[in-house]
Amino acid sequence: MGKTIAEKIFKAHLKDKPFKDVNVLNLDRVFCHEITTPMAIQDLMARGKDRVFDPDKIKAVIDHVSPAKDSKTAMQGKILREWARRHKIKDFFDIGHNGVCHALFPEKGFVRPGFVIIMGDSHTCTHGAFGAFAAGVGTTDLEVGILKGVCAFKTPQTYKIEIIGKLASGVYAKDIILKVIKEISVNGATNMVIEFMGSIVDEMSMDQRMTMSNMAVEAGATSGIILPDMTTVEYLWPFINKEYKTRKDALAAFSTFKADDDAIYAKQKTIDVTDLEPLTTFGYKPDNVKPVSRMKGTKINQVYIGSCTNGRLEDLKIAAEILDGHTISPHVRGIVSPATPKIFSQALEQGIIKIFMDSGFCVTNPTCGACLGMSNGVLADGEVAASTTNRNFIGRMGKGGMVHLMSPATAAASAIAGEISNSGLFCEQEKS
Amino acid sequence: MMKKFNGKTLFIDRSDINTDEIIPAKYLTEIEKTALKPHLFEDLKLDGFNPEMDIKEKAVIVSRENFGCGSSREHAPWALEVNGIYVVIAQSFARIFRQNMFNGGMLAIELSCDQIDSIFDGFKNSSTQISVDIKACRIMIQSKEQTKIIEFQISEFDKALINTGGWVEYADVYY
Ligand code: SF4
Repeated sequence: MGKTIAEKIFKAHLKDKPFKDVNVLNLDRVFCHEITTPMAIQDLMARGKDRVFDPDKIKAVIDHVSPAKDSKTAMQGKILREWARRHKIKDFFDIGHNGVCHALFPEKGFVRPGFVIIMGDSHTCTHGAFGAFAAGVGTTDLEVGILKGVCAFKTPQTYKIEIIGKLASGVYAKDIILKVIKEISVNGATNMVIEFMGSIVDEMSMDQRMTMSNMAVEAGATSGIILPDMTTVEYLWPFINKEYKTRKDALAAFSTFKADDDAIYAKQKTIDVTDLEPLTTFGYKPDNVKPVSRMKGTKINQVYIGSCTNGRLEDLKIAAEILDGHTISPHVRGIVSPATPKIFSQALEQGIIKIFMDSGFCVTNPTCGACLGMSNGVLADGEVAASTTNRNFIGRMGKGGMVHLMSPATAAASAIAGEISNSGLFCEQEKS
Repeated sequence: MMKKFNGKTLFIDRSDINTDEIIPAKYLTEIEKTALKPHLFEDLKLDGFNPEMDIKEKAVIVSRENFGCGSSREHAPWALEVNGIYVVIAQSFARIFRQNMFNGGMLAIELSCDQIDSIFDGFKNSSTQISVDIKACRIMIQSKEQTKIIEFQISEFDKALINTGGWVEYADVYY
């Protein structure tokens, strides 16, 4: 019987199968941030088990609220910092070197095809863009991951989603993933792994693939996996050129996890994106999705460009292209947060930051900040945001606030217009 | 180490008790489980329910359908744990809440609608004691007037987690 990518990764990492349908897997990476890890650390200490299974496989960052905004977030940072020092976790990223976890860790070369990765964060599925099985977990699972390097999962079922067609200009990976979530709903892939494939995915850059995998969880998926190819190898090459003689060798090694032709999928879907328009959300669930053209005229108070979904260099570049030579509406507060220090400095070098500033945007340091409504741009009751993030749950960016999710291009165009609006890059006749 | 699964009962006569009602979201920035202790059920609005008075000395909860729905936060079972409540008996549970209970070495027991009805009808207004026998998969419900025994089912993995005291202890023993 053929196997899916997830089934192959499970098989290669299986440590124990203590009971039917319970797979205890060996972990290649445990990622940690300052919101969910301190509780795990404190609990391990209380149990007299303040140990780590392997300090080199644990990577930690302070990213959600940085710089700390109050005594409580300062304490969360302090606990993580002291723990990292105590256990000689050398890949620990504190202020000055920190960025949004799911942008920073891939950029540092910590992710490989075929890896099993956990983190106490629901968007851990992002790392599936590299062909890894990466899943968000609760605090107890995180604790066990830190202590023993294992995690228990149910036998995975896979949802195969093929993206085909020809993409119009001004339409991006973010629009595609919103379309996927709209089609299959917020529960469509619950307890399943999504395998994204098809000609459109093959043509995507790693930045775009990460946008896709990032939002797999918004359709309920445990992970959103994309088969590694030369694009993946090229991205990873600086980190793996000592392990493999040629890029081809690397790809051959990574391809061992490719799904078999006769693999069994729990569900399958093909989506043709040829007629796809830029999309945005309109309610409090990520599957409440409409074409931007039909949301035109919706007034906004704030535009946020950043996060693990769309805070990478390509995203900032596209937004800057649209903002260049314009100033944003006087009724809009524009906030951009490059997701990592490297992205920030590249954006500086390429003049992108200047464009943002000239147009009237506030540029913040790399942090999750406004995305989860904890700092750096919290909405007031009744305010509306156009945002490149991934969650529009009620209160997500501030109590009583409304969040419309969209691509960086749409967000930039909306900032100029002062209302939700398509960018000039999307040329098709707007449908009435 | 295995926890003790017996004691006085708190009856919550409603379905869909969500994690926000168990512990409000604003306490997610806490870094110690014990800090959650005074806030258990703080926002639960239920006729005649007074969190401060009614939680005291209770060790078991009996409720209705879909207990623990809402967010996946483990703070919900922790808030129960630090208050000495290690058993929830309900008609059904939200999936993640249920797993979080067993991961913490605690018990989430599912009974049929009729069985839950019979517990509410026969025991709700008295000082009821419930004790759980994990080995035999049996619960004993006792009031001054009567005693009732009900059998339940949990998986072998759930049992193993309970016997070792939760997923952290289990993993530390076996891996
Ligand atoms: S940017 Fe937003 S979604 Fe991503 S990890 Fe941070 S808080 Fe979570």
